[in-house]
Amino acid sequence: MSSPLDLARARPGPAFTVTLDGREIQALPGQTVAAALWAAGVTSWRTTRGGARPRGIFCGIGVCFDCLVTVNDRPNRRACLVPLHPGDAIRTQEGTGHDD
Amino acid sequence: MTERPSLAVIGAGPAGLAATVAAAALGVRVTLLDSAAEAGGQFYRQPAAALRAGRPQALHHQWRTWEGLRGGLDAQVAAGTARHLTDHHVWLVERRTSPGAEGFTVHALLGPEQEKPVEVRADAVLLATGGYEKVLPFPGWTLPGVVAAGGAQAMLKGALAVSGRTAVVAGTGPLLLPVATVLAAAGVRVAALVESADPKAFVRHSRALAAQPGKAAEGARYAAGLLRHRVRTLVHHTVIEAHGTERLEAVTVAALDSTGRVRPGTGRRIPCDTLAVGHGMLPHTDLAETLGCRLDGLDVQVDDEQRTDVPGVWAAGETTGIGGAALSLAEGHVAGRSAAARLHGTAPDPRAWTAAAKSRARLREFAAALDDVYAPPAHWTDQVTDDTVVCRCEEVTGGAVREAVTELGAGDLRTVKLLTRAGMGWCQGRVCGPAVAGLAGCALTPSRRPFALPVPLGVLAHAGESENDDQ
Repeated sequence: MSSPLDLARARPGPAFTVTLDGREIQALPGQTVAAALWAAGVTSWRTTRGGARPRGIFCGIGVCFDCLVTVNDRPNRRACLVPLHPGDAIRTQEGTGHDD
Repeated sequence: MTERPSLAVIGAGPAGLAATVAAAALGVRVTLLDSAAEAGGQFYRQPAAALRAGRPQALHHQWRTWEGLRGGLDAQVAAGTARHLTDHHVWLVERRTSPGAEGFTVHALLGPEQEKPVEVRADAVLLATGGYEKVLPFPGWTLPGVVAAGGAQAMLKGALAVSGRTAVVAGTGPLLLPVATVLAAAGVRVAALVESADPKAFVRHSRALAAQPGKAAEGARYAAGLLRHRVRTLVHHTVIEAHGTERLEAVTVAALDSTGRVRPGTGRRIPCDTLAVGHGMLPHTDLAETLGCRLDGLDVQVDDEQRTDVPGVWAAGETTGIGGAALSLAEGHVAGRSAAARLHGTAPDPRAWTAAAKSRARLREFAAALDDVYAPPAHWTDQVTDDTVVCRCEEVTGGAVREAVTELGAGDLRTVKLLTRAGMGWCQGRVCGPAVAGLAGCALTPSRRPFALPVPLGVLAHAGESENDDQ
């Protein structure tokens, strides 16, 4: 099966490890938080303040703020914009992200 | 004037790039500010450099045009006539009018963290801030796995990422074709392309469409691509519900009748883990509004030279009206030439941009025809149930908006916002605006937002204190 990486003939450097709620996942250099989570099969990384409903990417370009996530203990990062670095700790953000 | 005049161009998409190259070639010192790490805007969004894509053109079309633009920018940067400030998120453009200090200060925040401020001063500004996607609500549209069609494309172009194995692409508008085609090429099974427009509507615009043979060929190429990937196309159909609990599992699509109402009993369920959905585009006009530029409906109003009604401010591309990359290029070219002439204290000679002006006129007519053909179904609000979330940030439902209108007498977006909080969240109404207007039965008017982005209070407290250009 073809993949976007195959389609664009991407030759990224070696994968590195980040964590999602303590679980190790692999990320490629240049990937945003959202791209690495999508590649790991994760589509939701936030629950809403009101109904505690799951949310992930929506607009993909930094306009909608639906993809907010906690990165290295800083809540409300836009997953579609923030690039990952080795060892980054991503946490599912609950509500405003300031309660825990 | 002993020093060359300066122009700040905001946005490095087709319009901003064309303007930068044109103005710099005519002796203006251009500073191009853009939020992305690479030039290109949304249309020519580039994969992150570290992904080392050997063939990024596989995700694009009109790649040669892009190579020309990038080459033009590179040449101007190498010659020292232009500088390209990447990762600069512009949140405000301020007009300075005190004697001896006339001009503009562009306020930006740096990098993905968007906390470190930078100020850039210039004699004039050119707004090429582009647009973003409009998505109208329906039950289940907040489920993870439901993404904006342009968002799916952006994730693919910029991050080489897809979210699942089986997608439905739905809504209305010309964007759906490239999105379905590129998802299929990237290995996603596209179970259906669901377009609510009625092909018969094209007949009314045969003249405008016939004047664009290139566009017809482009459409034919997409049609061939969809056929090759065995993508089923359902026209005059719409998504009425997205199903799932923690994430998307299926969608129900249904046929529309000739008045734009869902035909009862035509619903069919399509299993999928991704729904890429879009209903057209909206212009980014925040910076223009705070500068006091006049808007025409939702679009920044410009004259034949692409000048706004605020002296020293030009606008080009989608911010002046959604019309696609080719129109953005033509407008950017005219704007860059006009700005250069005016900054040198002369009137531009329109004969210098005859070809661009002709192309602009034709493409505007074409865009107007597309706009008419691809209008969302006339009765789309019927699908918004009272418990459908309309404002995603503040979780305001369709029922709450209707109550604000029918029980509390709200008649405009601002009153609905005050009564329900719809539009008061992180996105500041950018996403829910069209939905709230539709449900409230009022016109979608531009919201007055003092800043184009969230700004840390510390940055705000010290903005404008630096004496000199930070760069």
